[in-house]
Amino acid sequence: MSAELSAQGVRVEFSTRSGRVARALDGADLRVRAGEVVALVGESGSGKTTLARTLIGLERPVSGAVLWNGKPLDRSGRGLKALRRHVQLVLQDPLGALNPRHTVYESVAEGLRVHRLVAKSKKSETELVAVSLASAGLRPPETLFLRYPHELSGGQRQRVLIAGALAVQPSLLIADEPVSSLDASIRGEILALLLKLREDLGLGVLVVTHDLGLAWNIADRIAVMYLGRVVESGPTEKVLTAPQHPYTQALLSVIPEMERLEPIVLRGEIPDPTRIPHGCRFHPRCQWLASGAADEVADACRGTALPVLPADPEGHRCACHLVAAQEGAMT
Amino acid sequence: MSDPLLSLHDLKVTYATTEGPLPAVRGVDLTVERGQIVGVAGESGCGKSTLASTILRLQPANATVTGEVRFDGRDILTMRWGELRAVRWAGASIVFQGALHSLNPVHRIGAQIAEPIHVHMPGLETGQVRSRIGELLEQVGLDPARAKAYPHQLSGGQKQRVMIAMALACDPELVVADEPTTALDVMVQAQVLNVLSGLVRERGVGMMMISHDLSVLAELCDRITVMYAGRLVEVGPAEQIFASPLHPYAAALSSAFPRVGDPAARFAPVGLPGDPPLPWDLPVGCTFAPRCPRAAEVCVAAEPELVRYGEGRAAACVRIGEPDEPPVRHETRAGS
Repeated sequence: MSAELSAQGVRVEFSTRSGRVARALDGADLRVRAGEVVALVGESGSGKTTLARTLIGLERPVSGAVLWNGKPLDRSGRGLKALRRHVQLVLQDPLGALNPRHTVYESVAEGLRVHRLVAKSKKSETELVAVSLASAGLRPPETLFLRYPHELSGGQRQRVLIAGALAVQPSLLIADEPVSSLDASIRGEILALLLKLREDLGLGVLVVTHDLGLAWNIADRIAVMYLGRVVESGPTEKVLTAPQHPYTQALLSVIPEMERLEPIVLRGEIPDPTRIPHGCRFHPRCQWLASGAADEVADACRGTALPVLPADPEGHRCACHLVAAQEGAMT
Repeated sequence: MSDPLLSLHDLKVTYATTEGPLPAVRGVDLTVERGQIVGVAGESGCGKSTLASTILRLQPANATVTGEVRFDGRDILTMRWGELRAVRWAGASIVFQGALHSLNPVHRIGAQIAEPIHVHMPGLETGQVRSRIGELLEQVGLDPARAKAYPHQLSGGQKQRVMIAMALACDPELVVADEPTTALDVMVQAQVLNVLSGLVRERGVGMMMISHDLSVLAELCDRITVMYAGRLVEVGPAEQIFASPLHPYAAALSSAFPRVGDPAARFAPVGLPGDPPLPWDLPVGCTFAPRCPRAAEVCVAAEPELVRYGEGRAAACVRIGEPDEPPVRHETRAGS
């Protein structure tokens, strides 16, 4: 079965108390298919979580479209329920996401009950819950049925959340920072689990993370977000070993232990999304513009907006005036 | 030769709980010199934070501490209250984990930084305190005008810097940083690490940095100690511990954070099965043996002691240098 979820030029706005409009997503394209692992990376405030929420229908875009298997998302209650039977979200912070008064069994069975899957299956509810827990690596599953979240370790809680998502047999999983709250030793275990699920069940996974090492560990493709837009995307090997965009280069250079790179520590933080800079949105922090390396295109950087990067499943793309000018000069 | 800035000797901390005694730290020896950064690595529950709080006698009331904590030659554990108060903030200070919750939400950050200054430098006038606050904020890369801001007006990285500025308020000689960059983005993490390493370079303070991320420690520290179940299992120069760890636990921590661009790490995340042991139910022999990929029968015989391996390096594992009996190698992916 092929499953494909994509966003096309999606814009999501939030109004703030002061009446200004924050553009959390300002034209973002992304595509995830069954069987592939895509990493969506960026700093806090880049809009990566908003994009993940928009893909599953939790935010309504003001323009642009979310497509499920090529068709615009049906936003009726029934339509969204049908979508979530195939696309499941695994939230950040497993302790907050699990109901403290539900046992592991109840938490995992909830999806089965909502989607009435027991009636459609030859197996009993107990068996289905056990299978989900086992495929999330919790063995033997029966010993965990009656445990409460506070009795579990961090890694176990994360696995219970994944088991709950797996229970409805989705074809895509959206995982928001799946390992950021976990210890170093458990991190690898959970990432290995995601890869195994792709292998065994043909699951597609979109991981939202700020951790480039994680992307290198498990992702086929990577999309780097900055202030509501994807600024560079492509196969992980290309983007992380030969990054084109100055922002990606800076992010890579500050990873600890990347001694072969001179660290480029950008000043400040991502600007306020209520005041997106004109021209290239990265220009106020761009190290090339600051050093004079981008003088030839400086006017464009400050004044000409860049087009939205299309969700190209094969190529390596980058939204930067200087890169475009240099590529243009070569051809 | 003068005393080391901080030295811990056979430090043991046991909490009295309803379930019986809970040994959190079980005999730790450690020194921090001036101008040196020493990293302490380990998972949650290994005793790192207990270690940090004991240095300034901040451990909870149900803790029993034995051993020795010497700060600049003076014994912290037996010190009188008045003396201890003088050491806190002015001699040594702690940047606690979770900056986002450590600041008081209803006070301006300037007032919060001023608090230790008022206590420890009572002679200063209001204007002098204000300029001192400005100086501190500048030192950590914040605009002095931010002193008027409330915590909710700052981002996570800015709050973390305020915590660092606060720790520096009274010119301490030792700074203990407990997970100072956890929960921060890579770029903000890089900014905060720059501030910390600048302090050590320019002002010669000694620093103890606690983290579960060995790659961060390797980048910043001179020496690293790896802690497991309340004891040190490996100590040595930072580069060596990260690049060629001796203890299997240090090896697991080191490979948990892949080097981007390393072909061996592609589609091969390395984890460590199992959970750390419960402090009231420690395994017999080596506490790491139940999770250890190299465990053999000798491992359950006795808990291994730290043994020296070359200059300034030691590890507590009886299997070092012995052949694996099924060969266990971490880097098994298509040769690179």
